Amino acid sequence: MPQSIPPRPSPPHPRADGLAKACGTERYAADLYPPGLVWAGAFRPGVAHARVRAVHTDRAQAVPGVIRVLTAKDVPGTNLQGIVHKDQPVLCEDKVRHAGDPVALVLAESREALVRVLGLITADLEPLPGVFTPEEALKPGAPLIHDGRPQGNILLRAVIAKGRAAQALRRCPVRLTGVFHLPMQDHGFLETQNGVALLTPDGVLEMDVSTQAPFRDRFEIGHALGLSPWNIRIRAPYLGGAFGGKDGATVQCLLGLAAMNVPGRPVKMVWDREECFLAGYKRHPATLRYTLGAEADGRLTALRCRLVYDTGAYAHLGGEVMELGLEHAAGPYRIEHVRLEGLAVYTNNPVAGAMRGFGVAQASFGFEGMMDALARRLDMDPLELRLKNALRPGDVNPAGVRLTSSVGLVECLETVRTHPLWTGRRQWEAQAPPLTRRGVGLAAVFNAMGYGRGLPDMAVAKLELLEDGRFRVYSSVADMGQGNASAYAQLVAQDLNQDAGAVELLQPDTERCHPSGSSSAGRTTYSFGNALLKACTAMRVKLLSRAAMVLMRDELTSLELAPGRVVHPASGRSLALADLGRLLSRDDRVCVAEFLMPVAQDPPKTGTAFPIGFPHLFFSYAAHLARVEVDELTGRIRVADYLAATDGGRVLDPQRFHQQIEGGVAQGLGYALMEEVALDQGRILSDTLSTYLLPTSLDLPDTLSLAVDGCEDTGPRGLKGVGEVGMNGPLPCLAAALASITGQRPDRAPLTPERVLRALNRKPRLRKQA
Amino acid sequence: MTIRFVLNGREMCLDVAPDRRAVVLLREDLAVLGPKEGCGSGECGACSVLVDGEHRLSCLMLAAQLDGREVLTSEGLGDTETPHPLHQAFAAHGAVQCGFCSPGMVVAAAGLLGKKARPSREEVRRVLSGNLCRCTGYVKIVDAVLAAARVLRGRP
Ligand code: FES
Ligand code: FES
Repeated sequence: MPQSIPPRPSPPHPRADGLAKACGTERYAADLYPPGLVWAGAFRPGVAHARVRAVHTDRAQAVPGVIRVLTAKDVPGTNLQGIVHKDQPVLCEDKVRHAGDPVALVLAESREALVRVLGLITADLEPLPGVFTPEEALKPGAPLIHDGRPQGNILLRAVIAKGRAAQALRRCPVRLTGVFHLPMQDHGFLETQNGVALLTPDGVLEMDVSTQAPFRDRFEIGHALGLSPWNIRIRAPYLGGAFGGKDGATVQCLLGLAAMNVPGRPVKMVWDREECFLAGYKRHPATLRYTLGAEADGRLTALRCRLVYDTGAYAHLGGEVMELGLEHAAGPYRIEHVRLEGLAVYTNNPVAGAMRGFGVAQASFGFEGMMDALARRLDMDPLELRLKNALRPGDVNPAGVRLTSSVGLVECLETVRTHPLWTGRRQWEAQAPPLTRRGVGLAAVFNAMGYGRGLPDMAVAKLELLEDGRFRVYSSVADMGQGNASAYAQLVAQDLNQDAGAVELLQPDTERCHPSGSSSAGRTTYSFGNALLKACTAMRVKLLSRAAMVLMRDELTSLELAPGRVVHPASGRSLALADLGRLLSRDDRVCVAEFLMPVAQDPPKTGTAFPIGFPHLFFSYAAHLARVEVDELTGRIRVADYLAATDGGRVLDPQRFHQQIEGGVAQGLGYALMEEVALDQGRILSDTLSTYLLPTSLDLPDTLSLAVDGCEDTGPRGLKGVGEVGMNGPLPCLAAALASITGQRPDRAPLTPERVLRALNRKPRLRKQA
Repeated sequence: MTIRFVLNGREMCLDVAPDRRAVVLLREDLAVLGPKEGCGSGECGACSVLVDGEHRLSCLMLAAQLDGREVLTSEGLGDTETPHPLHQAFAAHGAVQCGFCSPGMVVAAAGLLGKKARPSREEVRRVLSGNLCRCTGYVKIVDAVLAAARVLRGRP
């Protein structure tokens, strides 16, 4: 591991937002109820695929308390939203393509009137045959979800190839195949999609909204509604969770449209939980087909796979999600020959988009399932098999990128290998209580950081010395709960040698902060943090040189920053930062600096179908271990112990680091054990939190998170993003634990009691390996 | 109809529509925004309040049901200047991420600690099982509640 950045003492920095949030005094978008509020809501007919003949709003318009009912013809712009591909109507005109598509927008004086009116609108629909799986969508002659596309229902097809996979596979002494099915997952954030918007008298559309991408939102809203993005101002207060589900417009375009129709009045839109399920983005369901070839000693030689992601009715980030899945499809291993094919396919299902583990959570089930099957086939210790093939610094990864970045997978695996939960596993398994089977599973996973090549991953940080001598960070990357804002405050306090309380945070505001991209891709602390450290360097020079004038010293190096002061230790003289704050003009109190994430220098000549986002250079790595107990009578899996060893570079703040890992694991355990959006002909059957189950405090173990010591030289203080990698381990890990009991690799998630019972009954218990 | 109740120590006397839900009354009419509405149907716990010391879901109650009661929300337990030991423990132990569940969690935990000074880890998990948290995986929340219990026991 490169160790060029000296270790710094990291005093525990409690999160800047913890106390106010616990007390209930922090204000989220959902907490805004400005006076004179207008309530807005969408009418969604609930049909998955149909022509819209007419939308009848007359009865609704006549209801007292109704201000306006809008339809597609009232949308002034292109009426199309979307991050990369603009294919999703704000209000559908000719056709609805999934059950959550809206055809009308109601503005009402009260929430009661709104509810009443939404029940009075009707749509005259001519049902069209729908397609509800990618297989149906890919059949010749399948109904088209979007007309006029030469690729039909294929949103994107891409190949990543290296070496000669087909030939190499033929020569391999060991060959295995596998098929894996993954469910649709909901983000389950507690604050549903919402916001408040106002069209001001000078024609500016202002919005406080629960969003991961305030700067990009301006363009999406502007394009859809025919507004100049410069006349749109977005503020993103702390979010009540997002996990990818608030990346890209949710309420924004509808809210903007509503506000344009009641100038001068604030409009509020809040999706209730059912609407959140119906219209919110989801994790892509996927089917993965693998063929893996290895030598008899376990060395991996060749891999072919085909990943098919169901992106639902609109593109959203479907192509990009599939891209990242494909780039990770061969796992964090050295494999010389690969041919990875990926498809993102339109269906009439709910729209899939970004979610923590962005396409990789799916692929992890595939590559780790294959590794586990290979260990069983070769009767090899699964940990040794992974160690033997693990990527190391300087290797070329399966996508063809030379890893000049930090790679700590071996250290993660070693951490697990020596841990008592692993070394004592046989004994623990042997002590299973009656009617209980015990098994231990392992998974090695990774996750890229940043946007990847082709889309500049840039951040611009602004730091101000306030007149009272404290500092303000103009955060321009939304904090959806991961604590990046607190990390910014910590970086500044440490770098400028100030008390934690001397740094205040401004949450993203497109008018006051500088564009720095979305809160996503594990990039929030890395990119903005790097920019912020550059701003700190400029600020330090500024403070010392301005103080030097007052203290009459011409040697800057003789001055130092101390909490609240610039000091000249030799003479004992000093100047308070508060005095400097008053001395300097506003312009002179501000430092702005930017950072651009490096990209792979010699990109491989493959993956050419990806216009943006391929390949990536930085990855976080992890090795996970699960000890599970299976109830033979009910098929219920209880996770007794869970260990995650993570390489996220250097740890800036242990508490926030472990928060991210524990939270990612929790979401991953939900994905592994119970979460599945149940659909019937594109309609969501599980649209409440009692039918779509999220893990409760009784379902999850006391996860143990360990950080391996690493350092990413390009990261702020040596760190890498760890927001996503924790999500990717639990499913393959639990699947491996279950397979160690049944002798059979599960091919379908989640691992529900029915599926577990079936697996238990189908096969007698097999001999344990290793 | 007119209702009288005590909200976070303050006497309230209000005219409310009989079908106004308690969570709406608190949030929209009284600007007590600690209780959040995560589902509106009793499934997430974000709207938790204490009514006469009992843990209740304000989204399932009508405003009228508050009449004559004593209602406590997280704000009533303390604020950032004078936080309750539960608030302090939540912040110190990293029990807060997005924080949308936190005021409800704090209230649910306060309900437990009001009855039981020395709960086990298992009991804390059981009592909090109606309060969903999507961010933390609960480990640090349980840690925080147990730590707060220790602090509260240590008080004279
Ligand atoms: S809002 Fe009351 S339980 Fe969810
Ligand atoms: S901290 Fe986000 S839901 Fe609990």
